[in-house]
Amino acid sequence: MARFGMVIDTVKCVGCTDCVVACETENNVPVGFARDWIEQIAIGKFPDTHVEIRSERCNHCSEAPCVNCCPTGASHHSEFGGVVLVTHNECIGCKACIESCPYGARFVHPEGYIDKCTFCIHRVKEGKDPACVSVCPTHCMHFGDLDDPNSEVSKLLQKRKHHSLLPEAGTSPNIFYLT
Amino acid sequence: MYEITTTRHNHLVDSTLHAWSWQIPTYLFLGGLVAGMMLISGYFLFKGRYKENNCSCYYLPLFSIVLLSLGMLFLFLDLEHKAYFWRLYTTFQITSPMSWGAWILILVYPALILNILMRVPKPLINKIPKLKNLSDEFLKHPFGIKITGIINMILGGMVGMYTGILLSSLGARPLWSSAVLWLLFLVSGLSGAAAFVHLIAKNVYERELLAKADNGFLVIELFVIAMLIIGLLTSSKSHMAAALILLSGPFASSFWVFVLGLGIVIPLIIQLLAVNHKIHHTPVAPIMVILGGLILRFVIVAAGQYSHWF
Repeated sequence: MARFGMVIDTVKCVGCTDCVVACETENNVPVGFARDWIEQIAIGKFPDTHVEIRSERCNHCSEAPCVNCCPTGASHHSEFGGVVLVTHNECIGCKACIESCPYGARFVHPEGYIDKCTFCIHRVKEGKDPACVSVCPTHCMHFGDLDDPNSEVSKLLQKRKHHSLLPEAGTSPNIFYLT
Repeated sequence: MYEITTTRHNHLVDSTLHAWSWQIPTYLFLGGLVAGMMLISGYFLFKGRYKENNCSCYYLPLFSIVLLSLGMLFLFLDLEHKAYFWRLYTTFQITSPMSWGAWILILVYPALILNILMRVPKPLINKIPKLKNLSDEFLKHPFGIKITGIINMILGGMVGMYTGILLSSLGARPLWSSAVLWLLFLVSGLSGAAAFVHLIAKNVYERELLAKADNGFLVIELFVIAMLIIGLLTSSKSHMAAALILLSGPFASSFWVFVLGLGIVIPLIIQLLAVNHKIHHTPVAPIMVILGGLILRFVIVAAGQYSHWF
């Protein structure tokens, strides 16, 4: 089974938020909510400072706490690529998954169910990239199968230094940031 | 310097998580109180105290059923997709404490009804006279009553533990990721229930007994809170920061004043004086204990949501 993931080059990312707008348009994300977002992290002490710009979203963790805590099984790993998805008509909106996510990637959709990034699974099934990846003007975002050693994402991870978010939380996230 | 700027502004998530409002801590408090009542009532049934005419095991299950139903109503009110509530009972998710809790609560009702059957309230007997015969028949079987007591104690213990495990299983909140949270909520529930019996018991022996027991529960609760804080302070940076939220952060005043001071230490002193016959029993101390238990849940739920990994 494939394991879909993303590799995002923080050296190329300029934080233009094109990915955010593309996601909102593609997925009809309600106004005021965001499935993906831009974070700018400034680290260090002047003059030795460093800024990292990251496009963030659900990390589609292999050990997803949101899947484990869901009382109805609405949050689940899809068979296609191991993507973490929410079945809307099984979700009771208890918000346990929101509490369990260390990345704050989930929110309550105005219709009541819990919403989040789906890696644009409907596009991926058609052989396309997720909307955010396809619009990125700096081509800093890459999508593919992390279990395939010949995929673009696997090759980038072999070649470049990278990190994931909060690995100490033990969730095995599937989004990696090149540095 | 470590500065984060984000474009995310999701309701209930940013700037700090506050997805669970008043409904969840109130539900956890009522669940804990019912758990304590089931343990006390079950113990009295097991020890044969039901032979006493004014034993609290006759009215505690009535209160329990009302309070538990109220708690479940609050839980329902918290749901964002209410029309799909029934989905909880179409599956059992072994890794989800909430799923365990939903099914345990279904088992609690028959256990409480069995306890109520020992002495059915008069208005109910007037409506269904056959219940009186059922009740009389039940009282002829001491072994059955003992078993009812044991079932009530087991299920009460499970409900009390579940209220804590529900939070501690959510590892993304460092304040909740403690192995003693279930113990804290269980002891706090027992303490609240003992205070409740102390407050309304007609039986003098039970009032004295529960006042003494409550003093023990309050001491254990102080000890468990100390273990919770020490456990967090000796863990990772995120856990240390979570402990400091309670000790010196935004929730410090409510934690020190309302949870520890007014909710545990002062009522403990009052009750110690009362059981040693230095002062008369007063309803003030048990009321403080019960309110302290409620505020404890509010503080732990709110401060837990405020805590995060970094």
